[in-house]
Amino acid sequence: MQLSIAHTTTYRYASPVRSGLQELRLRPRNGANQTVASWELTLEGAEHQLSFDDHYGNRVDLVSLTPGTTEIQVRAQGVVDTLDTAGVAARHVGHTPMWFYLRSTERTEVGRGVRGFCEQVQTEDDDVNRLHALSGAIRDGVAYRPGESHVASTAEEAIEVGAGVCQDHAHVFIAAARHLGHPARYVSGYLLMGNTVEQDATHAWAEAWIDGLGWVGFDVSNGISPDERYVRVATGLDYRAAAPIRGVTYGAGDESLEVELQVQVGTGGQQ
Amino acid sequence: MDVRPGYFDEMYGDGSALRAPYRQYEEWFAREDPRRLLKKSADAEALFRRTGITFNVYGSEEGDERLIPFDIVPRIIAAREWARLERGIEQRVRAINAFLHDIYHRQEILRAGRIPKEVIADNDAFLPEMIGFTPPGGVYTHIVGIDLVRTDDNDFYVLEDNARTPSGVSYMLENRETMLQMFPELFTRSRVRPVSEYPRDLRSSLAATAPVRTSGRPLVAVLTPGIHNSAYFEHAFLADQMGAELVEGHDLSVVDGRIAMRTTEGPEPIDVLYRRVDDDYLDPLTFNPSSLLGVPGVMDVYRSGGITIANAPGTGIADDKAVYSYMPEIIDFYTGEKPLLQNVPTWRCSEPDSLAYVLDHLSELVVKEVHGSGGYGMLVGPAASKREISRFTRKLKASPANYIAQPTLALSTVPILTRNGLAPRHVDLRPFALVSPNTIRITPGGLTRVAMKRGSLVVNSSQGGGTKDTWVMED
Repeated sequence: MQLSIAHTTTYRYASPVRSGLQELRLRPRNGANQTVASWELTLEGAEHQLSFDDHYGNRVDLVSLTPGTTEIQVRAQGVVDTLDTAGVAARHVGHTPMWFYLRSTERTEVGRGVRGFCEQVQTEDDDVNRLHALSGAIRDGVAYRPGESHVASTAEEAIEVGAGVCQDHAHVFIAAARHLGHPARYVSGYLLMGNTVEQDATHAWAEAWIDGLGWVGFDVSNGISPDERYVRVATGLDYRAAAPIRGVTYGAGDESLEVELQVQVGTGGQQ
Repeated sequence: MDVRPGYFDEMYGDGSALRAPYRQYEEWFAREDPRRLLKKSADAEALFRRTGITFNVYGSEEGDERLIPFDIVPRIIAAREWARLERGIEQRVRAINAFLHDIYHRQEILRAGRIPKEVIADNDAFLPEMIGFTPPGGVYTHIVGIDLVRTDDNDFYVLEDNARTPSGVSYMLENRETMLQMFPELFTRSRVRPVSEYPRDLRSSLAATAPVRTSGRPLVAVLTPGIHNSAYFEHAFLADQMGAELVEGHDLSVVDGRIAMRTTEGPEPIDVLYRRVDDDYLDPLTFNPSSLLGVPGVMDVYRSGGITIANAPGTGIADDKAVYSYMPEIIDFYTGEKPLLQNVPTWRCSEPDSLAYVLDHLSELVVKEVHGSGGYGMLVGPAASKREISRFTRKLKASPANYIAQPTLALSTVPILTRNGLAPRHVDLRPFALVSPNTIRITPGGLTRVAMKRGSLVVNSSQGGGTKDTWVMED
């Protein structure tokens, strides 16, 4: 399937920026499930400084905010050809060892809630079945409901509230999978949803390592493994590590954020 | 002078005879008027105070500045002894760099089962951001300070490897400078190898690891946390001595994909950053977001090949005390050689059998925090009171993996000058190795730290230790 994506993020600042840096993880890479036909980043109010590959294999762009600006815009757009690989995203590339993906982070710390989900699926003896059961149990226990959580919410907090968004679902899944001994990671990306072109937000799901298969995706929010409607952009131990944009800003006062996202089949007029 | 029974004295051996490396010095000393020497000793102190070599003591209430005591009796090492140490240090430093490259790439040593995975996986000193990245020139530890102790005529042990930001080299240089000024006649009698090349060697060794894209003479800068840091004097001193810029985090920013320093002629990109700021504070964008000492974006510039950071971030995994106990394995694994310098036998309290042994023998052992340094948070069994031991027992039981234990070594003594003449005091030695892509240079000398209190085995300056000039003799 050919997907055309246009993703614009706008930050507005209450007072002119003195200085600031943003790390962008906004470049999908080629993999088993996707080939990038074209991709472009454009900036307003910021200047591109450098690019490098981080230890997860993400392509990172560092941009600096233009001093004095009160608004920056980051636009990522392009065309990606996707395949349905039954959720199997990739073999492992790079030197990051599997044990690293068993590390817990602030957002994926294991508490009573996560342990509860683990207990529910312990009887499954096949890895794939156990992880699918886990995904189902989380979906039943943590309703998809925007507005109940925030970017810094932890897995345990989402379970406590009993609701969250795709980010929270992914965190709960990752925390539980690791607790069960499966290396797991967070994936940020795009999803073609329903019949609408306009999407509310970028998507997030989880991947777990299964011996013999590789990294396998689990989208708890939609109760499926990713198919040809999904585009992987960045991975990491949790949201913080894989976030599309993360940075430091000095002297900007309050900031507001607006995301505009279009995902559609075909080239969408893009070359 | 009476030597301490049971301890090797580097000047008088077991007390029966003067040792050869000290012969010329002793001849001179015997003819000197002790009152003149005591007066000189006071002069030396005044000199240091004027130069401004003081340091802040961590944990003291006002963080007050204090002078590290200097003793005028040199610590003398024979050419033959030094040659042995030099080979041992070089071997160790080579192994440390090979280990660091491996641990941040294929991790062959873990695959081979020579180090348990947990020692690395559960270790905060392992820096994921370094995975898959090779520093310019392949050098991880540009500067290493290896802490050695001697127990008799033949035996030296490595106490610890300082592979992060070893300090103390300014004392090596200033102590020699002071001795040259006060006792020039000594240096015409004895052929002492100079240490004054160190700043030049440091500069050329750092410059040799500049990023590939550097053209012309690389710009080297020393990054200091600032004037309130205990080693600020050393940062300023080294920058001055090697002709490098002394900068703080707020002087630097990302410009055109590089780290640039503000100058009157506009931003100037830095090629090599000799940082004296810990990993955690180095870059608020990548590490501790609340750090005001660091440079936002420096890790990204580093990973895109735009700057060299010395020492490389993440080198702490090589001098961590838990990893230290595997150094013989590490040397064997990467060099195929037997270690030339011995490790101190070490009990890892994370292992139940070792913990049981350590708890039973606390009064004989030295127990250290795995991640501690500077002599803080350690227990010296033989010197500890019953109450201290029982307090430490509780700490040990609560988090055993936090500690290692070692036998109390019979540290050698070297005489210091007291009002009553020479008196033996325990010492250690920190030589400094400089690593560039093709060579390892070890300055003939180092920092000799001396416990000024009679009988004390703790030489750390933060615990009242002093320093001596260290002489390595020509053949």
